[in-house]
Amino acid sequence: MMPHGKPNGLAVVGTRPIRPDGVEKVTGRATFGADFSLPGMLVGKVKRSPHAHARILAIHVEQARALPGVRAVITAADLPEIPSEESFVGEGPINFRDLSRNCLARDKVLYEGHAVAAVAATTDAVADAALELIEVAYEPLPHVIDVEAAMAPEAPLLHDDLFTQGVEPAPTQPSNVAKRIQFTLGDVGAGFRAAETIVERRYTTQPVHQAYIEPHACVASVGADGQCHLWCSSQGQFMVRAYCAKLLGMGIANIRVTPAEIGGGFGGKTLVYLEPLAAALAKRSGRPVKMVMTREEVFRVTGPTSGGVVEVKLGATRDGKIMAAQAVLKYQAGAFAGSPVQPGCMAAFAMYDLPNVSITGYDVVCNRPKVAAYRAPGAPIASFAVESCMDELARALALDPLALRGKNAARDGTRTAYGQVHRDIGYVDTLAAAKKHAHYAAPLGPRQGRGVASGFWFNVGGESSAEVHINEDGSAVVVSGNPDIGGSRASLAMMAAEVLGIPMERVRPIVGDTSSIGYSFLTGGSRVTFATGMAVVQAAEEVVAELKRRAAMILDVSPDAIEWKEGAAVPTDAYLGKFEPLSLAALALKAGRTGGPISAKASINAQGAGPGFGTHLCDVEVDPETGKVRIVRYTAVQDVGRAIHPSYVEGQLQGGVAQGIGWALNEEYVYDRQGRLENPGFLDYRVPVASDLPMIDTVLVEVPNPRHPFGVRGVGEVPIVPPMAAIANAIYDAIGVRMTDLPMSPPKILAALSGATK
Amino acid sequence: MSKHHVSTTINGEPAEFLCETQQTLLDALRDDLHLTGSKEGCGSGDCGACSVIVDGRLVCACLMLAVEAEGRTIDTIEGLAQGDRLHPLQQHFLEGAALQCGFCTPGLLVAAKALLDRHPDPTETQVRYWLAGNLCRCTGYDKVVRAVLAAAAELRQEHEVESA
Repeated sequence: MMPHGKPNGLAVVGTRPIRPDGVEKVTGRATFGADFSLPGMLVGKVKRSPHAHARILAIHVEQARALPGVRAVITAADLPEIPSEESFVGEGPINFRDLSRNCLARDKVLYEGHAVAAVAATTDAVADAALELIEVAYEPLPHVIDVEAAMAPEAPLLHDDLFTQGVEPAPTQPSNVAKRIQFTLGDVGAGFRAAETIVERRYTTQPVHQAYIEPHACVASVGADGQCHLWCSSQGQFMVRAYCAKLLGMGIANIRVTPAEIGGGFGGKTLVYLEPLAAALAKRSGRPVKMVMTREEVFRVTGPTSGGVVEVKLGATRDGKIMAAQAVLKYQAGAFAGSPVQPGCMAAFAMYDLPNVSITGYDVVCNRPKVAAYRAPGAPIASFAVESCMDELARALALDPLALRGKNAARDGTRTAYGQVHRDIGYVDTLAAAKKHAHYAAPLGPRQGRGVASGFWFNVGGESSAEVHINEDGSAVVVSGNPDIGGSRASLAMMAAEVLGIPMERVRPIVGDTSSIGYSFLTGGSRVTFATGMAVVQAAEEVVAELKRRAAMILDVSPDAIEWKEGAAVPTDAYLGKFEPLSLAALALKAGRTGGPISAKASINAQGAGPGFGTHLCDVEVDPETGKVRIVRYTAVQDVGRAIHPSYVEGQLQGGVAQGIGWALNEEYVYDRQGRLENPGFLDYRVPVASDLPMIDTVLVEVPNPRHPFGVRGVGEVPIVPPMAAIANAIYDAIGVRMTDLPMSPPKILAALSGATK
Repeated sequence: MSKHHVSTTINGEPAEFLCETQQTLLDALRDDLHLTGSKEGCGSGDCGACSVIVDGRLVCACLMLAVEAEGRTIDTIEGLAQGDRLHPLQQHFLEGAALQCGFCTPGLLVAAKALLDRHPDPTETQVRYWLAGNLCRCTGYDKVVRAVLAAAAELRQEHEVESA
């Protein structure tokens, strides 16, 4: 018998209950980073560089230290000097030495806004006055902002000890190219010779900020015994702990990090900026210190993702079989090495089954803030280029763009250029669902066009811990170690409820601090519902096994006589009628007399994350007088594995699309000639607002991931990958002009239109 | 410099506080009155996370000086629910999954309340333009707009029942 008569045998998974943390968040009671305070707390602030690139000759802090109300002033000299060491604590690669120097500059400042000193004072006004009293003597240096300019031999060097990795022989001169990456499959030269149609194009994208609405914020407290407690908004309390321990030279056991609610991250809260400074200031002053970034600081100092240049060449036979694909990707890393060019290279052609592929990537430093992860890091930049080029190829071959993709689509067993063989993927299912969607055949109005593009993301698993505790009344607590960034408490509670056979409302999900739950890798890569979900399911299954043992003891029957169904120990078919069911509540009540409290924990390194694929349909209308592009209709189709809470899965798709629309049409960093950011605010860095967008239709295709107990795939990354190309392709369809440079803002559209009519 | 004494009404109750001349209403609400439901996302009136209603008018609390609250009536997110009874907007945000991280949610709810107080039967376009001052980076606004429209319909029905 299936519980509740649902066809897939699931009672909770796939339903749409109200999220457990919902009421807190609609009533203003949820505590985000800046909402937490401690008695006697000081205000911490940062002195920042006005130069894009300069040598620090001296920092004079004496006057600031002497100001009444100032309790501590620190510079890099007050932090340990960290040797070069690669870290994989966060979502992208970064060197601990670089991270330390990003938090407080040593020797040189490498971008406008780079931190040079920090103060803690009794009030906001005193802290501001103290910053004014810190004198920094700089020797300004030539700077470089753009990626290809930074790669040029005569470019100003950011780091005189940076030698390009991945080239043979190893270079003897330093450069701004941190790394060269190459993936090769087959022989592209032969492939292009066999091709009958070749399309080749160069594309550029601008850096875009994650633009979470909540600025970075933290409170640090350090006791005389050296014990440090941090409260902060981040994508991983264990990430913050690891980075702070390293940067401050502290033992991990001496740091406890309590995660606040996080007001958006999208990858941008996978690094530390303020936390080590707040802890150092708290230690020196003996008082708790709170630090909150301004919006301007968020833009000048944190994130964004890379801007890049991507050159793509595709060659196909007349009937649309792609014989060769080639791409060169150059990504800005910002001031320190570590752009997402590697995943960009890997994702570029991962959607296609190709015989001959060559992908070359360059990781390039320049005088901008160090990039941070942003949703599907690296993939949107590569896919804007590849999926635009696919559209050109489809037009050159007079093929339907979905058909061209279908003909070359990755399937079960497809080997990618980076060596991975795809298994159990749903790409062709998304193409089929897009093709049969009413949107694809709907008529278009004047000056309107339709574009298609697909997207891919690997998804990840990794280390996660979870605990399930049965309360005395048969309700349950689920403890995990991952900040809930968009509904993971709901998905974790639902999976636990499904296994335990009780309603979700009987399960209370809690996000533990670093001292109350085992290590968990951060919330990122769309891993929590998959990996932490797997840990929760494993712990819940152990609890069920224990409940069956307890029931067998109470009923004095063999454990084989019992099965767990709808929240109760019931007789198996062979024992039907031999005993009455024992409910979870009844078993919980007797826990003390049957062996003590009932709980289980699981600490796992989850493998088998299933990659995600999506296909988007977009209609635009172009105003030829203003150059404004309006999104008229949007449909996002995605293989989501299995949607645990479909509303929040839809929300991931809709939110990703909206961010992609901003990336495509509006968002960019504007620098002046001195390398200073001119638009560090939401007025001039324009993210989409409600009146910019239509409803965003979603189609959830469910091809279960066989390596997760409920078939889960990560869903949050894929939806930001296709929009830029889908929109560029729609613009071409509307006005016959190929847009290759993001953002496709009104001035660029107007320029392209006037170029096209000349 | 001495502080200013301000008497005001917040969420229907008299409230008093001391503030500096340059202090914003948002800082007074958050730091002095501990009403941290109003959020600071930008400090420049661009994101709407600090939306409050002052004498019936929607304002960004970060753009108003705390001293200007003297004698005014201020409604914040903390006053939207009646005791343990959620406002229909809150209920529909929950049922319609109209929030992800939840940081912009208080501002969106207050802005939507101001809309429905003035226009009980808004079109989708009206909702979108009214909420254009409230940035949400998570949801793409789809479920937010739907929740506001659903709450408007429920409030109109309640009103009809009351007046019948």
